[in-house]
Amino acid sequence: MPNQSSSLNLPPLVSSLIAPLPKSPMEMLLSAFTKRLVARRPELLRRLGAVVKVPIAIVPDDMPHAFLLSLDNEKSSVSICEKTEISDAQAVVRAPFLVLLGLLDGTYDGDALFFTRDLRIEGKTDYVLALRNTLEEADLSPGEFFGLSGRSADWVNGVGARMLDKARWLAARTGSQPSTLGRPH
Amino acid sequence: MPEGTTKRMELVCPAGTPAALRAAADAGADAIYCGFANETNARNFPGLNFSPSELADGVAYAHAKGARVLVAINTFAQAGQIHLWEEAVNDAASAGADAVIAADIAVLQHAATNHPDLRLHLSVQAAANTPEAIRFYAETFGVKRVVLPRVLSVPEIAALNREIDVETEVFVFGGLCVMTEGRCALSSYATGKSPNLTGVCSPPDHVDYTEDPSGRLQARLGGFTIDSFESGQAAGYPTLCKGQFSAIEKTGYLFEDPVSLNAFELLEELSSAGVTALKIEGRQRGKAYIAGVVKAFRQAVDGLESGADARPAIAALKAFSEGGQQTAGSYKKTWR
Repeated sequence: MPNQSSSLNLPPLVSSLIAPLPKSPMEMLLSAFTKRLVARRPELLRRLGAVVKVPIAIVPDDMPHAFLLSLDNEKSSVSICEKTEISDAQAVVRAPFLVLLGLLDGTYDGDALFFTRDLRIEGKTDYVLALRNTLEEADLSPGEFFGLSGRSADWVNGVGARMLDKARWLAARTGSQPSTLGRPH
Repeated sequence: MPEGTTKRMELVCPAGTPAALRAAADAGADAIYCGFANETNARNFPGLNFSPSELADGVAYAHAKGARVLVAINTFAQAGQIHLWEEAVNDAASAGADAVIAADIAVLQHAATNHPDLRLHLSVQAAANTPEAIRFYAETFGVKRVVLPRVLSVPEIAALNREIDVETEVFVFGGLCVMTEGRCALSSYATGKSPNLTGVCSPPDHVDYTEDPSGRLQARLGGFTIDSFESGQAAGYPTLCKGQFSAIEKTGYLFEDPVSLNAFELLEELSSAGVTALKIEGRQRGKAYIAGVVKAFRQAVDGLESGADARPAIAALKAFSEGGQQTAGSYKKTWR
């Protein structure tokens, strides 16, 4: 039975290269795109229900930092912090970075990842479920997240898919695939 | 349907979100069941389900793909709030749904009286498992299909089908409820909420997971420790009937370890037993599960006629199962 150490982890070198990078520009970009997504698709906030304005921590096992996500009509934000600085979070989701990305676009099934312990949750389970179900409905391809449509969205999605395939291939050489079905549908 | 009939069985697939509905339709579902985002359906989990307008869009999408949409309005109406259930039936009819799946006789009566052209299926929540009970629903409300409780064996289903004129639908894959549905009060005892009245078994707002530094995971429901899992061991959702308990100086699971139903090996027997439709559980699951399971069972059902081997596709579904394990459940009754 595989455990988290055998999951789809990025090579430690990636974490070492990311660690010294400045957080602010990335926070600003992620927050701006998240605000635009929420403004474009208000039905997602309705689906979130009680989780609106609630901080949720996303903690990639194989990256140096955690992400604190808060979704709101006007003040959606993504902040990047140390993994020890997530005490404000009402719920915490932990998994390798590539697994978390696969959850965003629907490549992986969240329940299956949880059953196999490739994904762990803490705190308020109902908040995690609401976020998971909302993301499922959001169909968050890179093009959708960046607010693109038509050919430009197709191009970005194609490039994103190829980069993810490469990253998964690279990670699989250093670890192994999660035991859940990891093939895009 | 009489026993021995070899008509192609219908594949009925779950959808908790519009995206899941589209995934099910794209993967080859014959019918898709879903519910509204309130207490009228038995999968009332946060972030799940449909608004009336989302349902109408979903029906249009499914119909364009040749699939039907069945709307589960299958909890029991509460005193003073029957309007919520009646509105749900009205909204399903307005959205162009192909059938309503109901259990409460007040809901069935409202549908039969106000929407006589709307097909009615009897939910598993009604726990109708005798010819007499099923005939009552058919004769009184015009019910055309009954979803059978997950406590019957294949010979029992065959015997039942010989005595009724109503179509039968059985679960073949997914989360396994081992209790007589609609009559189970375990979740209500632990949390005050139940699938019967509030539409949620083991509600997530009462679920708590704690992992200690050694990686040992404790799963609690309503403050009760239901199960624990060693580091790396496959985990399950803390549903009371699937927990570990100590009694008569023994500690163990009540029925089986956390497992999911997989009746693939029994499809031919179920067909011979006169079953009309095969149901996949999992409205709370994501698109990856829906697409994978529906595609595999599409191959399996079609393979009954074509002879194509669906075993590799079905074998790949094990990773989707709770506890990483599967069982034929009551169909074979191997429980102690």
